[in-house]
Amino acid sequence: MKRRHFLQVSASATAALSLGFVLPSGAQTGNAQEVNAWIDIHADESIVIRYARTEMGQGSRTSAPMLIAEELEVDWKKVRIEDVQAHENLKRKRTYGDMASVGSRTIRNSQEYLRKAGASARMMLVQAAAQRWGVPLNECQAVTGKVVHTPSKKSFSYGQLAADASKLSPPTDIPLKAPATWTLAGKPIPRVDMHDIVTGKIRFGVDTQLPGMLHAAIAQSPVFGSKVVSVDSSKVDNRRGIVKVLNMGEFVAVVADNWWRAKEALRDVSIEWESGKYAQVNSAGLMKLYREGLSQSDAAVARQDGSALATLEKANKVIEAEYYTPYLAHATLEPMVCTALLQGDQLQIWVSTQNPESSLAAAASTAEVPQENVKVFAMQMGGGLGRKSPQDFTRQAVAIAKAMPGKPIKLMWSREEDTQHDLYRPASLVKVRASLQADGKPDALHIRVSAPSIFSQLLRMPLQNGVDPQAVASFNDHPYAIPHCLVDFAQRSAHVPVGFWRTVGHSQNPFVRECFLDELAHSAGVDPLAYRLSLLPNNEKANRDRGILQAVAKAADWDKPLPAGVFRGIGQTDGYGSHTACVCEVSVNAKGEVRIHRIVIGIDPGYAVNPDNIQAQLQGSVVHGLTAIFWGEMTVKDGRIEQSNFHDYRMMRMNEMPKVQTVIAPSGGFWGGVGEPAQAPLAPALGNALFAATGKRLRSLPLKNHGLSLFKA
Amino acid sequence: MKLNVNGQTHQLDVEPEMPLLWALRDELDIKGPKYGCGIALCGACTVLLNGEPVRSCSYPVSSAAGQQVVSIEGLATKGKLHAVQKAWIDHQVPQCGYCQGGQMLAAVALLKKKPKPTDEDIDAAMTNICRCGTYARMRTAIHAAARQAGQS
Repeated sequence: MKRRHFLQVSASATAALSLGFVLPSGAQTGNAQEVNAWIDIHADESIVIRYARTEMGQGSRTSAPMLIAEELEVDWKKVRIEDVQAHENLKRKRTYGDMASVGSRTIRNSQEYLRKAGASARMMLVQAAAQRWGVPLNECQAVTGKVVHTPSKKSFSYGQLAADASKLSPPTDIPLKAPATWTLAGKPIPRVDMHDIVTGKIRFGVDTQLPGMLHAAIAQSPVFGSKVVSVDSSKVDNRRGIVKVLNMGEFVAVVADNWWRAKEALRDVSIEWESGKYAQVNSAGLMKLYREGLSQSDAAVARQDGSALATLEKANKVIEAEYYTPYLAHATLEPMVCTALLQGDQLQIWVSTQNPESSLAAAASTAEVPQENVKVFAMQMGGGLGRKSPQDFTRQAVAIAKAMPGKPIKLMWSREEDTQHDLYRPASLVKVRASLQADGKPDALHIRVSAPSIFSQLLRMPLQNGVDPQAVASFNDHPYAIPHCLVDFAQRSAHVPVGFWRTVGHSQNPFVRECFLDELAHSAGVDPLAYRLSLLPNNEKANRDRGILQAVAKAADWDKPLPAGVFRGIGQTDGYGSHTACVCEVSVNAKGEVRIHRIVIGIDPGYAVNPDNIQAQLQGSVVHGLTAIFWGEMTVKDGRIEQSNFHDYRMMRMNEMPKVQTVIAPSGGFWGGVGEPAQAPLAPALGNALFAATGKRLRSLPLKNHGLSLFKA
Repeated sequence: MKLNVNGQTHQLDVEPEMPLLWALRDELDIKGPKYGCGIALCGACTVLLNGEPVRSCSYPVSSAAGQQVVSIEGLATKGKLHAVQKAWIDHQVPQCGYCQGGQMLAAVALLKKKPKPTDEDIDAAMTNICRCGTYARMRTAIHAAARQAGQS
């Protein structure tokens, strides 16, 4: 592809979406003909392909349409991407399916209907051509935006056929290309939104600008769950730019003509909060709560093979350990933001959201208007990381807009508000015990998880058999051949709100599982890679685990010696349908500075739709992971989160970035995600490398609490 | 006061202590510089002031009056991308893109001072936070932009 042409095309495409500009779908618009809900073909042969999820940097605004284009048989240079909005999906009876960008599932959950949309449109175009010529279908073939009558070499362009094709009934039997024959998917394709990003044109949620718009800054109770008792705004009521100070019950909002004025004024508003019952809670007390969970007698069973407890009881050699992973904040660089405008019973919102359909529902219920009356414009997100799926901030913006009808209100949280009112990655205390046989292999394993439940606390869903699937992820689905295994869950409910943080349960449990396995390997005196390989059985899942483990070990020269003073560790995981492995090479100096010489990280996602984007996700996962591993920890004092900004919730920077080598090894036959799974094997690979380097087994994160820091170049 | 941004002069009537970021974003609708922390730690708000990168969230607008402010919107000239922007696309640096305006401006300032920066120069100059973790690609792109500029 000629890059220059591509950029011109993509620039015009994203200009529309970045302005929140929406073409009405479902109709013939201008000279465009909709062939099906996903595809418009224009008379000038340009193609519009719709994208129905949101974009936070995961790259699926490019890779999802690539799957449609692949089957449609078009020149990618002629494709423009258009975002579908939630209200259009609602109007079209959810023809675009789930719009959420969560759980690394955009590609794996929509690949089939996206590919079928492309193939179905292509088949209709071929049929339209065959009918026009009066020739048999099998004499016609779609070739890059044209249908060719093979015997006569006559052809019609898609633009000439689109109107006829759209009148045909869509086929019911839609064969798809074998991925081995793909010509577009599977190639490293530049992202369609890059030009708008590098020129500053793309509009994030924070960039919404409407005529007469006002800005809101809010304060929520520092102690989670407390309500406002009283508000005294007399110091700021007459201050320049201040329009209104609102007591919203659960928060206080200052509305002004400039966000800085609103935020500055908020500091001088005196707010009395209920002295809630949680004002005494601190981190030590929370740890006690988790510790009690380790001995709870009626924990919920998440996995039971054989009789682990009885086997452990009788065992000659038992190894046990306790691991802890802390609460973490998402800290997306763009804080929570939503703009709302309520005019009569018509509501519009412009929001950075991972789930525009949830935004729509939350907005409608807050404004008490029918869902049909709501328009949602999902903006580019300045990171999502799982935080922008819940809609607390959308409800707040709409509530303020409802209090000030006719005025567009942009609510943005300050960094401090964002840090202290997150929905945190749960802390988790885990006790692991294993009995080893004479050959060094475990015959019994008991994993007790004591942690909050995201499903129960955030989603308010009843837990099936008392188990939160995220709390036990990587444990209940471990692949190893261990005849007796018990995984059980003691739910702990604290007042700290919890949520889905990139990689969720797989962000913390692999640290436990794969470091403990390393403990067992060392106890058995067996090489950690060989130990894992000996425990992986012969089944589909384990074979894929083995495949990526071996590929990464090979890329990392596992069988070759390292320079003196350099040590390595390995970890292997699977999650989000993908299989991942990692090797870290480290040295540690006397000051506790950890120098990471190399990280080799690999993934088998089944199919690699856009390999360059997958590599970016692996590189990003390393940075996200290392930030948490070295520094990430939210602590609680007097019922509130102690950290407030990047000075005490530290982010990794350029001078700490180690060398990362990626292995992308799609083995085919399944579809896995790529946004989250790669973070999973990093912490154990690093933890195991640190053990190799220091002889000290570190069983809690972050590493700063063990006196370790990341070496700065 | 008068504020020159991307070659255009704007008349502003705001508090002198208003951070430059909020004069740009909420008074002039120049949205390239982003809010990330408000205390000059993350650099998402970076703009060039007479060619030097400053963190506009913590820089009073009155101190910028009468000087040349460049935001990411002003980096390309007459539709021609700056070598850094071009390298950013060639190496597919951005993920979400939120910090990238500030990152590119920091890179532009670095290259102006050090046309052939070493990795150490890059480490010292590129101190903005990228939460998506694009550091490795930024480094590659800066070296590429330096090569590009050397050739042209």
